[in-house]
This record gives sequence, C-alpha cells and structure tokens, in this order.
Amino acid sequence: MEVLKIATAGSVDDGKSTLIGRLLYDTKSLTEDKLEAIERSSKQKGYDYLDFSLATDGLVAEREQGITIDVAHIYFSTNTRSYIIADTPGHIEYTRNMVTGASTSQAAIILIDARHGVIEQTYRHFFINNLLRIKDVIVAINKMDLVDFSEERYHEIKADFQKLVVKSDYESQHITFIPVSALKGDNVVEPSTIMAWYKGQTLLEHLEKLDTKDIYNSGKMRFPVQYVIRPKTAEFHDYRGYAGKVYGGDIKVGDEVVVLPSETKTKVKEINFNGKKYKSAARRSSISIVLENDVNVSRGDMIVKVNELPKIEKQFTATVSWMCSKELTAGTKYILQHGVHKVLAKVSAINNKIETDFSGIKNNVNSLTMNDIASVSFQLNKPIFFDSFKEHRTNGAFILIDSQTNNTVGVGFIK
Amino acid sequence: MTDKLHINDLENEAIYIFREVAAQFEKPVLLFSGGKDSITLVRLAEKAFYPAKIPFPLMHIDTGHNFPETITFRDKLVEELGLELIVRNVQDSIDQGKVKEETGRYSSRNMLQTTTLLDAIEEFKFDACIGGARRDEEKARAKERIFSVRDDFGQWDEKNQRPELFDMLNGNIDLGQNVRVFPISNWTELDVWTYIENENLEIPSIYFAHKREVFVRDGLIWSHSDFVYKDEEEEVEERMVRFRTVGDMSCTAAVDSRATTISEVVAEIRDSSISERGARIDDKRSESAMEKRKQQGYF
Repeated sequence: MEVLKIATAGSVDDGKSTLIGRLLYDTKSLTEDKLEAIERSSKQKGYDYLDFSLATDGLVAEREQGITIDVAHIYFSTNTRSYIIADTPGHIEYTRNMVTGASTSQAAIILIDARHGVIEQTYRHFFINNLLRIKDVIVAINKMDLVDFSEERYHEIKADFQKLVVKSDYESQHITFIPVSALKGDNVVEPSTIMAWYKGQTLLEHLEKLDTKDIYNSGKMRFPVQYVIRPKTAEFHDYRGYAGKVYGGDIKVGDEVVVLPSETKTKVKEINFNGKKYKSAARRSSISIVLENDVNVSRGDMIVKVNELPKIEKQFTATVSWMCSKELTAGTKYILQHGVHKVLAKVSAINNKIETDFSGIKNNVNSLTMNDIASVSFQLNKPIFFDSFKEHRTNGAFILIDSQTNNTVGVGFIK
Repeated sequence: MTDKLHINDLENEAIYIFREVAAQFEKPVLLFSGGKDSITLVRLAEKAFYPAKIPFPLMHIDTGHNFPETITFRDKLVEELGLELIVRNVQDSIDQGKVKEETGRYSSRNMLQTTTLLDAIEEFKFDACIGGARRDEEKARAKERIFSVRDDFGQWDEKNQRPELFDMLNGNIDLGQNVRVFPISNWTELDVWTYIENENLEIPSIYFAHKREVFVRDGLIWSHSDFVYKDEEEEVEERMVRFRTVGDMSCTAAVDSRATTISEVVAEIRDSSISERGARIDDKRSESAMEKRKQQGYF
C-alpha cells in the first residue's frame, strides 16, 4: 500500500482537531467504539458538539490541559492509499515538535482561521514547511462558516499569504488554497454547496490526486550501508551483501559505483531482495546489493554512482533546529549522526539566529535555547559524505546527540 | 532476473528498522506472542537479513493462560525457521512471590507480564526488545517512538521522549537502559492483515471463525475456560466466533464471525465498525489504562 505522510500544526482554536476529526469521520475511519468514546467524553465536559481533539490527544497531560504536546500519529485510508497525519502543536514553544513532524512528511496542511487571517503562527508554519522542503502545502482557510462563506474574505487571505510565498526560496513548492468549514464539513471530503464560487478540489480530493512519485524530492542516488549480511553457511559461504535503503534515485545492476570513504571503484553485481535477484530497484527500497569486486565496506560507508560524488568534507555550515533545554554553545562537542553514519562534531561557531517569521536574522548570538533555529558551523573528526539539504532531503540532514545523556538534541540541514 | 523492484513503503520502513536494530545493539530480542503482529515481524525480519538467519532470538512471556492453539503454532514456527526461542513464565514470577495473582470477576495475568518481562530483560541483558505494537491501536501508543528508550527500571517517560527525525534512529543508550523497538509502528490493522494475505503467512486457527463455548459480559464475548472467571448466572453458549487480537484468554474477547479464510477476514476488517482494541478487556479499565501500563514497563 502506498503511504502519504502529512504534517499538520496548529492549536485547538484553529479547529485543527475538528478538521482531522472531520477527515476521519467522513472517510469512515472512526470506528463506532472510538466515536462513542468521543461522544462520552464530550458530554462529560458539557460540550454540545463532538470534540475530535479527544481522538488525537493521547496523553493524560494533554487531555488535562486540552493541548497537543507531542507529535501524534493519526491513520486513515481510502481505496487510493493510506494516510498518516503527523499532528503537532502550533505554538512557538513547540517549534521542535513541528520540525520533527514535518521531517517525515511529504505534504503539509497549514490552517488559517478565516476570522483572523494570516497571523504570526501562519508565518512560522510556512517557514518550517519551507525549511524542511515539504513539496506540497495545502493552505486550509477554515471556519468559513463564521465569515458567511465570503469569497472576498477567501481572496483577501490568499493574497496575504502570497506575500509570504514571495519571501520563500523554494520555487518548486506547490501551494494550494482551499476554503473549508471543518465543523460543517464543507470542502473537507464533500464539496461545499454553499461555496459554489470555489471551483477547486476538496481537501481529500487534493490529497488523493497527489502523485507520490512526484512528491518525493528527487536527487542523486545515495546508498548508505546499514549492515553487512554474511550468512557464513555452506550454501552462501562467501556471500557479502550490503544492506541499506536507496535514496534519491534508482540503482541498477551494472552501475559503476564508488564506495566512500575509500573511493574504490566497482560495479553493482546483484540487487537482492528476499531471495530474488532484480535488475534495478526504485528509490526508498530496502535492499541488499553485492559488488563486483571484493572491496572492504562497512556500516556508515556510502555507495554512489561514479559521476555523482557527494561532498566529502570535515567542515560545513548548517541550519540547526535546537531541541534541548540544555543550551548549544560554541566549542561544545556532540555525536553527529548523518543517516546511519556517526562521527564526532564540534560547534565551531554560531553564525546567527534565524527568526521563524521571515523577519530576518539576529547576529552576535552566543547560545541557542530550545526551539531556536540558527546557522551553525561544525568541525568533524572524520569526513561525512553529504549533499546540501536543498538538493537532497535525506543526504543533507543530520541529528545531534548529546554524548552524556544520549538524547537527540537537535537536527541540522546542511547548506 | 526479475525487472525493477518496488517494495511497499511500510515494508521498506520495517526492514530498515530491523537492520538498524541489528547494527546498533549488541543483544536484541524479538518479543513473540504468537499473535498476528509478531508473526508479521518474524516475516519482515527474515526478509531483512536473507540469506543470513535472523540474528537474534525470539522470546515469549507466557502467562500460562494462552490459547493452546497459539502455543502449538509458536512452537511449529520456531522449529520451521530454525530460530532460538526463550520462554519465561508468569507462573514463575507468581511462585517467587514477585507478583500476586489477581482475583475476581476481571482478574487477568496481563498486568503481571510486565514483571516477568523486566526480569527476563535483566537476566539476558537484552538492550533492544522488538515488539509488534502499532500506533493505530490505541492513543497512548500513537505517541510511541520507533526506538523507545526505557530507564533502568524499564519505565517509559512519555513526556521526555527523543525526537525522531527523518528516518534517523538514535540507538545510543546508557548501560542498564534498553530500547523497545516497533518496526510496524505505522501499520494499521488492515495493513497487517493485507500483508498476511499477500505473503501467504500461516496464523493460529483462532483468528478464523470457529465454534466456541462463550458467555457474554458487558457486551463482550468471553471464552469459557478454566482461566477466565465466570459468575454462576453467566450463561455459557456455543457461538461462531473468531479473535481479532490474541492476548491471553482472560483479556481477549471474541467477535461474532463467519470468516474462515484470510480473504474473508480481510473483507470483514475492511467493513468493521469496531476497532481492534475494542475487544481488549484490559483497555476498558480506564481512559488512560494503556498509558499507565506503559509507564510501568508494559509492552
């Protein structure tokens, strides 16, 4: 089954939970017992409507405070494909959660309350979707019922949002505006009869028609070696399979490749999956490959095509999203995990802090606190094999691990 | 040689996770209950490491109240695949006085498994326990990470979880900690069933409609068995039922069904209006029943 992951961010006030609830309800993905549980809880709280946030806010603390703290995953499916919504809170103190949710998504829904229009939070949501190179962005202008389903209001908000788009540097990003009323169900799954002036697709129609081949940013083929398969049985005595996932582009038998960091040239001899040999494998496939020559390859090495070498360097600058309450300061050392490759990294400089509302940068920054986004330069103990994040969404990203607590404390997008 | 390979997204992800476990941990174990999710895991693990054998053992925490069909199935599968199986019994934890058997109407050994599991993790020094939990099952599980860190006491600190970005999995842990790994986190019940159908996987017979002695309590269908408490006035009847989920007999309710083949089961799930865990008696205890159990180290 094909899977499409969608990031959403926002607060209960935007009607985000109502929108998700509406998607689930109208695609018949909410089962009777879950619906009953929602009805029960809504009644207990004295609401005269169904509070769909109760379906998504899974932790006790969240239900108590009526907010979404973490990334929640919500599943629904249609006959076309399966959908996973990575739902995150929208406030500035949850920037790290939004970045996390967006990192695994190929599409995003930005919610705007039609009464309030484009607000500071809208800037941030769009900024994060840009930073993370989310290819398909849907701007859902919600609560149209509260502005009399006004076409004029819709165009006003759309025009305001376009002013943001001008500031973006991501030209191939696809942006769609849809006027909806999640509460009444207009243009979510069913087309609106009241807003007959809107000729576009409903939210679900738009998602259903997205071509997932298109929506993954393509790039050069990268094959990071995860694991070496050595059966050492009589039948497979000398077998050495390099297991990993193909990123960016396809891999074929006969491809001339280079193994990094040794820079040994060889050819792809076999592409194996589950006991069968294949001529080629599409990107995102978890396969194992056998090479023509007996070269020494281990976990963390990368196999690439001969004329498509990535950068092989020990220093670089990246946009970092900081996720830890302990501050990041220049001179501190971290474990840097780039794909499946771990090295040691030292922060050589914090260049500047980037405001998430497109208002620019702040210089002379000495440290980063949780949820900050900044330009940071690193020095590594060993080279890594990378592309810029803009050219390669997987090979241009890394995480930072605190070597004392072992926690993941930040994520970086290489420039 | 076959042409171009296309693997489905969920299978790609699960295989990737299995390989990360084998590469990042020294002593992983696959928690195997004999249920459909763990059977799916075994199949995915086979594919991840083929032609090598699965590089870790399976472990079953046996409550002693399992459906006999599940145990027969478990032993057969392990033998066919030539895998190592470790079994640890809840009964032993009870005999050692570490846990106390519940009594009364809703008594179950489900909660008691946690102690036996944590003891086994310590006994074998497992640093990664792979399980078949899925995020769509229950809302506390929807917050689970793929690599979910447990402290020295096996506890889950749900408010302080590591962010997981792109598909980078951070398996760094301190001595004494362990990681619970969920390769099929993003699968739904229907995804699992469709996979079982496509892969032609064998599953225990209790997943198919069969005649069984049951009684109805609180609108749920309970198995009539020595392990399940029953009031005098609760009436036993014979009904065509099947199980959608297989915990032990005291915490798994049956559903009325005529589905005797895998394709009939898939069709039934597709049309079903009740969620899978709607038939889990252990979740009905309270709205946050699962979250509380997980904090204590439950799977």
